Amino acid sequence: MKKAKTKGPFVKFITPYLFLSPTVILMLVLLVIPIFLVIQYSFFNNAIVVKEPVFVGFSNYVTILTDSIFWSAIKNTAIFVIASVIAHITIGMCFALLLNTKYFKTKTKYIFRIIYVLPWMFTASVIAILWKLMLQPQGIINYLFQFVNLATKDSEWLSSRTYALAAITFVNIWSGYPFYMISILAGLQGVSEDLYESSALDGAGAWKRFIYITIPQVKPILISIGMLDIVWTIQSFAVIWMLTGGGPVRTTETISIYIYKYAFNSSQYSLASTAAVIALIVCIILAIFYVKQQRKARE
Amino acid sequence: MVGSQKKSMKIILSIFIILGALYAGFPVLWMILSSFKSNVQVFAWPPTFIDFSFSFDSYIAILSNPEKVRFFINSYCISFIVVALTLVIGIMAAYGFSRFDFPLKGLINTIIISVQAIPPIVLLIPYMSLIVTMKLFNTYWALILTYLIFTLPYCILMTTGYFNTLSTDLDEAVRIDGGSRFTALWRILVPISVPGLVAVGMYTFMQAWNEYLFALVLTKTNNMRTVPVGINLLMGEHTYDWSQMMAMSFLGSLPVLILFLFFQRYFIAGMSAGAVKG
Repeated sequence: MKKAKTKGPFVKFITPYLFLSPTVILMLVLLVIPIFLVIQYSFFNNAIVVKEPVFVGFSNYVTILTDSIFWSAIKNTAIFVIASVIAHITIGMCFALLLNTKYFKTKTKYIFRIIYVLPWMFTASVIAILWKLMLQPQGIINYLFQFVNLATKDSEWLSSRTYALAAITFVNIWSGYPFYMISILAGLQGVSEDLYESSALDGAGAWKRFIYITIPQVKPILISIGMLDIVWTIQSFAVIWMLTGGGPVRTTETISIYIYKYAFNSSQYSLASTAAVIALIVCIILAIFYVKQQRKARE
Repeated sequence: MVGSQKKSMKIILSIFIILGALYAGFPVLWMILSSFKSNVQVFAWPPTFIDFSFSFDSYIAILSNPEKVRFFINSYCISFIVVALTLVIGIMAAYGFSRFDFPLKGLINTIIISVQAIPPIVLLIPYMSLIVTMKLFNTYWALILTYLIFTLPYCILMTTGYFNTLSTDLDEAVRIDGGSRFTALWRILVPISVPGLVAVGMYTFMQAWNEYLFALVLTKTNNMRTVPVGINLLMGEHTYDWSQMMAMSFLGSLPVLILFLFFQRYFIAGMSAGAVKG
């Protein structure tokens, strides 16, 4: 590369790859190969554990797809994801609108924006441990809820079969909405004042303006972060694992927990890989959908 | 009339904005308040909101325990190395993407973007055997290398974007003076892009500092554990010392919080760019 001026066609051909080589090597070794490996494991018996695993065709897939626990994990994941995403959009939208009104001073909005983004700053184990403390039977949540007759000193949340899934969803909503808020806020600030002013002259009320001006403006943002959030929430593991470990009695076992338990608790890597491949396929389909949406938005 | 309507609107909105702040901020406040209480007080019923004795015992207990301090050292080392490597490797790749056209460009780009769609747990299963084969199990490098897969895409996408806004005349000028492409990149393009790179670095630090799943599986002994796993280990010990756990949580969140407060604008720009989350 030193003789930049006298370079031949080969040097010219190879230069971009030299700049990309560290990235490409890493992606090959730690991304492309592992994905092939995990697909391979799913067709063998006792992968990783024994030296020469036996090819078993699709029998692992049959085992997983006929496992009622797998389907209950899918159901839990679906509830968790749908509730989280809807709540994220709603709360993110409300907070973004609050931070975008002209009723507050810029400085006030600045301070509240910092407070509103706070939940996003914490790592999963801090979020888990903090909510575990607050959701204890003698914790602050029960104390506050007893004033509105929603709980007593003995109310269980995380160890209750009925409420555990709702509790982890609630925690996930708390920790995830700031991403929406910030993205929507960026979108709202791009909406021109003129649009609102001219509609105000036409006599459109606040609600009508929200429906006919604000929503269409932020719709592309909502769709794209919504898709990303679905993919991320399907993958979420850490907070659930630390809050409940999938329990009580698998009521909060989502697909990630299901895979993790197979792989790292019972060393059934083949079955874990099979479930992982299924999860991967779902995520990739969603991602393709997302990319198509992005392209449409750009046109 | 209009004035009074505006005033009542402002009052209503003020109530909402404060309620929202309570929802977002109260748990954080509760963590900090609990860290200054004794363990008995944490479970007082009715709860004491503020303990005016402000005992630093929990903080002292953590900072004087070498095993727990080690969690922090590990996390700092790993996070800083990840940031440095991500920036160096990512800047080079971004330069390649921004300044060249080559046959495999589209494919490599697709692979990099697709990382977001791949659940970490899918990669973790083959990592178990790969990392053991490479003799990296229970070392810093196991975590550093695997974190790069998740930090690089964001770095490359953002930096390519910055480089694309910079005119190629800059590179040409350097090359006419006899400098190589390398000089053009590190002496001219990188210094101009510092504000953007700070944002990328920060975001990378946050991802590395907060990662839990890989740190849990790819390390084994306590002297290799990072802060997120360390906090969780406290939870596993037979006595639940909540006050210490809250102190450790607060200490563990401090680096990211400080970065955030100082570089808020960058962080928010990074978030609304809507890319990779750890």
